[in-house]
Amino acid sequence: MIPPKFDYHAPGTVDEAIGLLQKNAGDAKVLAGGQSLLPLMKLRLAEPKMLIDISRIAKLSYIQEDPELLRVGAATKINDLNDSQVIRSRYPMLADAGAHIADPLVRNMGTVGGNVCHGDPGNDLPACMLAIGARYVVRGPKGDRTIAAKEFYRDTFVTALDPAEILTEVQIPKAQNGDGGAYMKMERKVGDFAIAAVAVHLRLDSKGTVTSAGIALTNVGPTVLMAGKAASSLVGHKPTDADFLAAGKLAAEAAQPASDMRGPAEFKKGIVQTLTRRALHLAWGRAGGKS
Amino acid sequence: MTTTIHGGIGQSLARKEDARFIRGKGNYVDDIQLPGMLFLDFTRSPYAHAKITAIHPEKALKIPGVLAVITGKDLDAAKLAWMPTLMSDTQMVLPIDTVKFQGQEVVGIVADSRYSAADGAAAVEIDYEPLPVVTDPVKALLPDAPLVRPDKTKKSNHIWHWETGDKAGTDAALAKSDVVVHQDLYLPRLNVSSMETCGCVAQFDTMGRLTVWMTTQAPHAIRTVFALVAGLPEQNIRIISPDLGGGFGGKVPVYPGYVVAVVAALKTGHAVKWVEDRMDNLMSSSFARDYHISADIGATKDGKLTGLRVKTVADHGYADAAANPSKFPAGLFHIITGSYPFDKAFVEVDGVYTNKPPGGIAYRCSFRVTEAAFTIERLVDGIAHKLGMDPAEFRLKNFIPPESFPYKSALGWTYDSGNYAGALNLAMKMIDYPALRKEQVEKRKRGELMGIGISSFTEIVGAGPSAQFDILGIKMFEGCEIRIHPTGKVMARFGTKSQGQGHETTYSQILAEELGIPAENIAIEEGDTDTAPYGLGTYASRSTPTAGAAAVIAARKIREKAQKIAAHLLEVSPDDLEWKDYKFQVKGVPEKSKTMADVAFAAYTNPAPGTEAGLEAVDYYDPPNMTYPFGSYVCVVDIDKGTGQVNIRRFVAVDDCGTIINPMIVEGQIHGGLNMGLAPALYEQITYDENGNMRGNSFLDYLVPTAVESPHWETGKTTTPSPHHPIGAKGVGESPTVGAPAAIVNAVVDALSPLGVTNIDIPIYPWKVWQILHDKGQN
Repeated sequence: MIPPKFDYHAPGTVDEAIGLLQKNAGDAKVLAGGQSLLPLMKLRLAEPKMLIDISRIAKLSYIQEDPELLRVGAATKINDLNDSQVIRSRYPMLADAGAHIADPLVRNMGTVGGNVCHGDPGNDLPACMLAIGARYVVRGPKGDRTIAAKEFYRDTFVTALDPAEILTEVQIPKAQNGDGGAYMKMERKVGDFAIAAVAVHLRLDSKGTVTSAGIALTNVGPTVLMAGKAASSLVGHKPTDADFLAAGKLAAEAAQPASDMRGPAEFKKGIVQTLTRRALHLAWGRAGGKS
Repeated sequence: MTTTIHGGIGQSLARKEDARFIRGKGNYVDDIQLPGMLFLDFTRSPYAHAKITAIHPEKALKIPGVLAVITGKDLDAAKLAWMPTLMSDTQMVLPIDTVKFQGQEVVGIVADSRYSAADGAAAVEIDYEPLPVVTDPVKALLPDAPLVRPDKTKKSNHIWHWETGDKAGTDAALAKSDVVVHQDLYLPRLNVSSMETCGCVAQFDTMGRLTVWMTTQAPHAIRTVFALVAGLPEQNIRIISPDLGGGFGGKVPVYPGYVVAVVAALKTGHAVKWVEDRMDNLMSSSFARDYHISADIGATKDGKLTGLRVKTVADHGYADAAANPSKFPAGLFHIITGSYPFDKAFVEVDGVYTNKPPGGIAYRCSFRVTEAAFTIERLVDGIAHKLGMDPAEFRLKNFIPPESFPYKSALGWTYDSGNYAGALNLAMKMIDYPALRKEQVEKRKRGELMGIGISSFTEIVGAGPSAQFDILGIKMFEGCEIRIHPTGKVMARFGTKSQGQGHETTYSQILAEELGIPAENIAIEEGDTDTAPYGLGTYASRSTPTAGAAAVIAARKIREKAQKIAAHLLEVSPDDLEWKDYKFQVKGVPEKSKTMADVAFAAYTNPAPGTEAGLEAVDYYDPPNMTYPFGSYVCVVDIDKGTGQVNIRRFVAVDDCGTIINPMIVEGQIHGGLNMGLAPALYEQITYDENGNMRGNSFLDYLVPTAVESPHWETGKTTTPSPHHPIGAKGVGESPTVGAPAAIVNAVVDALSPLGVTNIDIPIYPWKVWQILHDKGQN
């Protein structure tokens, strides 16, 4: 559990960090909270020759709501997300997920940016970002670009991020009246990656009809997965439990789990079904929906 | 009014050791720093069974700071490549030509820093030729199974057969029983997962004297084993067991790392430290359990138990390195008749080799008692269910009655005392059992799954009487040495070794009560073989039953001498004095008295004519019998049909450990023990694939339950003192670990019984429950 030797740099700006990444292409890794990278290094599964620590770049840590967007800086600690009054009151899905990421020690070090761009299908925040329609701002040698969360995840540990790019901000559509979200996770014990977890986001009009819906699934496929059919089945309805049950079945069909130590694939699909239905009830209630 | 003394028996004295532990001031093996100290790490085998064709250490030796490598061939030159186990088997220190399990230590690397040692371990190249693997002990017994130990004369994976009881009588009793229930049970392999892993620091001084600071529960036994195996003169070996962060049986065996560290210290002339990391510990430290049990239980149609027959395959990995008393290859498994008066019982166990790490040890239990208690408590539930009787009513009908003690069991144990119905009745009252059954009826009508499970276990601890109990010939007595200083302050030393149990507090309280000296004036020391009296160590809940008794008797020896000194001071005859209210009083004249402090001062300044100076005593206590703590646990579970999750709604634990010395410590022991009973029921197991790869060798997959998973434990007690222990104490550290699993599993099976379920394998993961519900169309 001891990593091989590596060099360590702690640049003061994002551009300096990008310069280091470019100069050491292939040998350098960005270190933010380190809660995924350092265990891999201790197991000698990852042996980067250089770490570029961006956790000291103060400008990357913030939670701001402006007229259009909720902006979360990439180096914002998970615990800061969980403690934010804006997040807890207006984006409860993120608080649900944040509270279930690993354990307090990890949440104290781990960052929002690290969680969304690591590319592990077991990370909890990516499903939220897919369900809520987030975009990621990334900066590289050529400047900034934004990538929709749903375009970001290509394969396990493979994302749309170029080797010399750094994620700087997560942008989430500003919450409106009639929005409601929820994240439900089943784990073997506290701190574990999900057996399966479901993020749902609903938007209701003033009559209580679903105008848009997003459902995404954690740890039941090679990447985080969208359950598009399940979400669209709810749009245009004033949903009942039967609709939520049907959406749960569609979400289970979208899951592509593998059998492993967290249980057989069929069970995981069953959990997706149960959690989707329950998360929809919770999100519906939070959106002000009445049955 | 009763006189009390500060810290006497029955007081919840704050633990003396906690002042240093909660401030981070404990002194553990990894805290030991010596000048010039080197570090040892190992290159481990990726294969479960393979021939080593070549070892290439060159790259490792080129790494700055790497000083030496040690291989099996190096050790073989000193006849140290193999070592005996406590069960008279042999195990490798380092392999000469074959590895037998994944994670086995193959090459030791000695370096001047922990980092260089790890780099060296990663750089050693080893060529292997994989050999066929067997990990299932039942398959290992088939004629064409790969042979795990071709070095043995016996060309089979079968190690030993052990049996006890009346086979023919039991077969006959079961044949004529109205009802017989057969049940196969598997208790999976576990790792004790102490907070502190295993390790040591070995150092030879300039005179060639060896000191080893070691994570050991039994320092004296280790010293003698080192003397016998390595041929070192025993006076030149000093084993120091400093503060230990948990043991649970895992720190009883001798591990290869200890031996290689000593060899490395000899080879380099420097102190050498070896401390396992968590993965090392999970992969190669001794396992517990791994018992494949097949049992039959019989009863008459009106619900009287008739017979019990148990056949077991014990998976020992590639060596039987169990930590049992030498005469008991299956430990105390034959306590399996439990709290019930069977006329006939028969138990047989077969030990088997597989390509897995060697063992096994106890996991906070007295030599296989958990395996026994789990089996009998599952079977009793099974037969009650088959008879359509309430499991509580069935137990109450069958318990060994209080007036039958001492009770001789069908398998030969003599239970000292018990009141099993008393404990169960209290537990049922605390949880309001009738109301729960009523609620369950209502819930079942609504299709909800709620279950109530009972476990009324009997423990057997305090090993043990010298006629039956020894480890490699050394009898399982326990020593205590007391010295009272001139100012009335006490230093007492023991051969046991606390790993978190709170001995410094508990022993002080026993001595405070017996000597009339406040507990705060009593210092307790354990763990240094140069200073402590001989003893076999702390495991199997034996410290209070054995060393606690030695403390009492040594203290009473002191009182005997002190009485003479007090008589001298009071100018009366010793016979005119009585020990009352913690002092010597002239009979009928209580104002004429001397305290133990008065006597101690006189013992050094004004000794009585004809008595030796000083005030000291030693006792080596050979217990006349084992002690038999017991308890009754009731568990209530609710099952989430959508996820298969088992929620423990309530858990009431009534324990009876005889006389209680410190109620707070006992309560803490019970809470911790219950958590380690919860663990195998719902969370922990070690499994291997058919190639012998360990599935999940970190805490990511080895699921040690935390405070979040723990239900609110509700505890209660009854007190039935041991008649043969000098203060009636029985030992308690392990009872809850022994008793809890069956209560939880019985509750889950009870919840699922309307669906026709009669058993579910542990650990009960949600997927197992979900699968059952899914198969029955329930979700």
